[in-house]
Amino acid sequence: MQRKPLLGAIAVLSAFLPGIIATSSPSFADETIKPAVVYSTGGKFDGAFNQSAFTGAEKFKTDTGIDYREFELRNDTQSQQAIRTFARDGHDPVVVIGFQQASALAEVAPEFPETRFAIVDMVVDQPNVQSVVFREHEGSFIVGMLAAMASNSNTIGAVGGMDIPLIRRMTCGYQLGAHYAKPDANVLVNFVGTTGAAWNDPIRGGELTKTQIGKGADVVLQLAGGTGIGVLQAASDAKILGIGSDANQNGLHPGQVLTSMVKHVDVAVYEAFKAARDGNWQPGIKSLGLAEGGIDWALDENNRDLMTDDMEVAAKKAKADIISGKITIHDYMIDNTCPN
Amino acid sequence: MENFELVILLLDATLRTSTPLILAALAGMFSERSGTINLALEGMMLGGAFAAAAVAYYAGSPWVGLLAAIAATIALSLLHGFACITHKGNQVVSGMAINILMSGFTALVGIALFAQGGKTPALDKASRFQPITLPGAEAVRDVPILGPIYFELLSGHNILVYIAFFAVPAAWWVMYRTRFGLRLRAVGENPGAVDTAGISVVLMRYRAVVCSGVLVGMSGAYLSTAQGASFLQDMTAGKGYIALAAMVFGKWRPFPALFACLLFGFLDAAATRLQGVILPGIGEVPVQLVQALPYVLTVILLAGFIGRATPPKALGRAYVKER
Repeated sequence: MQRKPLLGAIAVLSAFLPGIIATSSPSFADETIKPAVVYSTGGKFDGAFNQSAFTGAEKFKTDTGIDYREFELRNDTQSQQAIRTFARDGHDPVVVIGFQQASALAEVAPEFPETRFAIVDMVVDQPNVQSVVFREHEGSFIVGMLAAMASNSNTIGAVGGMDIPLIRRMTCGYQLGAHYAKPDANVLVNFVGTTGAAWNDPIRGGELTKTQIGKGADVVLQLAGGTGIGVLQAASDAKILGIGSDANQNGLHPGQVLTSMVKHVDVAVYEAFKAARDGNWQPGIKSLGLAEGGIDWALDENNRDLMTDDMEVAAKKAKADIISGKITIHDYMIDNTCPN
Repeated sequence: MENFELVILLLDATLRTSTPLILAALAGMFSERSGTINLALEGMMLGGAFAAAAVAYYAGSPWVGLLAAIAATIALSLLHGFACITHKGNQVVSGMAINILMSGFTALVGIALFAQGGKTPALDKASRFQPITLPGAEAVRDVPILGPIYFELLSGHNILVYIAFFAVPAAWWVMYRTRFGLRLRAVGENPGAVDTAGISVVLMRYRAVVCSGVLVGMSGAYLSTAQGASFLQDMTAGKGYIALAAMVFGKWRPFPALFACLLFGFLDAAATRLQGVILPGIGEVPVQLVQALPYVLTVILLAGFIGRATPPKALGRAYVKER
């Protein structure tokens, strides 16, 4: 009598066993992947770029139950060490956030040919590296249009973080978009600095914004990571409109943020983790833009009232035209110049 | 007319950017005039900024935040004093230790309290120092020349800016016109003589570092609850060291230090405005050049125009009664 339930249990188990084995063959990889993220300077709570990466990693964790390791860079020199340590500890895939880490990754990746790496925002040409780049100029084109249409003074501004081609590409798209909507719009562009510290200096970001406001700007786009918090704050204090970037920042100052240029780093991180788990991870360049949903502009309850019908229609039309190829936007990074 | 307005806006920004420097430079002056090197200004500023932002967030009042910032920086000053005055430790080492400690400690407490990576939550209007419109500013706004000067330049700053500028003559008065100031300076020049006169050197120096703590606390609070709206890790970005340089520039005296701070503030404000300006014959000014400008000018001024800066004689030396 005692053995009966046991036998029953075995019977039940054996009935399910093939199923278990079948489903666990992909999830065999489940147990072994040990993903890791190395954030860029600015920290994972910068409310923008890094935070978006963090959101993606967290989503993966909730969806799959697979935990991940992370490292926040205090300065660029830690990058190589952080990546190498993760790789040596058997973490795979290792996702590296930010263009600053490209040289470090290029150095480390060949040392661990079995480890799958991914880098966001830069191309590293190695057989075991996936490079995820965004066509940010497509998104900044649209927010540039919206900014020019929302502006009463016909002057709009942009505050970039570090003066690098990647950010110039966005400011260039912003200018082109503004001029597409209003050919005579005046676009001011300033940069916070030339080192990694430029991503984490909200006071200076605020000062630059006040400077642009002093020159007449009444819509200011932030492209400066953690520094951007100061930009949006200064815009909100001066009762003009800010524009967020990287993450959806409309909610930071409801009614004072016109829109946000959303860059789905979260999707990039999530996809890299997921592909590694499912075993269909591919090295090479992955370019994400409006068409792939990697870039978008944000419209929600926080900025609904700021957006007129004209603006919404124009933005949606431009988006469709960019996807269909009717509008082509000059990419600053091709020739390091911006037309006009 | 347009140029005039630009100049006004530039000077307006100068006042904003030099305020934390002025408060911190005065703080350094009090401490150093009594013979205690205060390299810890940077760290204390950070501590003050964090305490102000964190407490103002909970209390909903910038004044409570300011008091917390001052309390925090006084505590740090006493720590510095305990190491340097009571235990006669190396003052440079103690100062640097506080800087390094506060860089990490503020982030640590920030993560523990708010779980936002060392940041404090953004403060709403009620918990920040708001701009004050001086009486009559709106009325004279449209008067040519004087109107913009009064409305844009002098009016519309937050209370800490006014306090900082008021603190300079106040510090001068305390330093040169009171018994306390005389003794404080004497302790920094010749502590032996002060001791002979029956005044406790140790107590005098402690009082000086506490004064220093009060001032630098305000400077920290200004960064996080007046100019900015939250604390960010290492948000001081070297301002403590710049204030220290301004103090040396000003030869450890309040008014010259004020001008040094204004100069640094002006260069900083000008740097943000020069960006992207097209200069005849040069073309667009590169960001790198603009950023280097304050430092280049500092070197030139230090090398050529300032002359010899003589520190207090007993600066950096702990007082030992008997050998």
